[in-house]
Amino acid sequence: MNPSNLDSAFSALGDPTRRAILARLAQGEATVLELAEPFDITQPAISRHLKVLEQAGLIVRRVEGSKRPCRLSKDGVDAIDKWLAMLRKALAKNYDRLDEVLAGMQEEGRKDKQ
Amino acid sequence: MSKMVLKTEGDKFVVVTRHFAAPPELVYRAHTEPELIQKWLLGPDGWTMPVCINEARPGGKIRYEWSNGKAGFYLTGENLELDPYRRIVHLERMHLPDPTPDNRVETVFEADGDGTLMTMRMTLPDEATRAQMLATNMERGMEASYARLENMIQVACF
Repeated sequence: MNPSNLDSAFSALGDPTRRAILARLAQGEATVLELAEPFDITQPAISRHLKVLEQAGLIVRRVEGSKRPCRLSKDGVDAIDKWLAMLRKALAKNYDRLDEVLAGMQEEGRKDKQ
Repeated sequence: MSKMVLKTEGDKFVVVTRHFAAPPELVYRAHTEPELIQKWLLGPDGWTMPVCINEARPGGKIRYEWSNGKAGFYLTGENLELDPYRRIVHLERMHLPDPTPDNRVETVFEADGDGTLMTMRMTLPDEATRAQMLATNMERGMEASYARLENMIQVACF
């Protein structure tokens, strides 16, 4: 997944309906009809959401007769997870170090009072 | 012992919350006093911050320079709002070496039992920023610089 796609992926994830669609697809492949069922929106609206998800590289669609079933794109989901994991790792490391700095500051404070 | 929670908020922000076993005054000071910042704001192992400037007043300058002995890069910024021991709003940009777009970061410190709950909200790097990071990588070529770029991104993500 290229950086431009990753950007669209974050954008695509900003919408609650699209996140719900992804959650449904995490259980397996589904058609537009099946995806529209649990939501109180029309099939064309679902199709628009699917288009955004497809362009963001989060889902892939195949042709099966007149239907175009969708499934999660492993690469797309992995790229976001990877980016967020990297962020999480760097921050966790910084804050673990900060814990030690704070402990040192508290120790100093106690000494000053004695 | 991971007490940190990181989540995306819409498509624009990353929100991080973390509890610290020290009162807000100390956590705030560790975010504003250069000699304290230098001890922890380092990202991956092996990096140090030989230059750390943080003028803790509205309009005050920020400049952090990191080095791992071989490579280095830096960040500049400005403090916008400082509400002692409670809240910091600042702008920052990485220099790779061209500056990335400004990232507005809001950090809030709240008393939480004997400690502090910190909430930091930052802007997600946009497409242009990431493209720039990749371009920097390609100029230098080779896998070694890719590893360095990953380090840079990690450090940039504090």
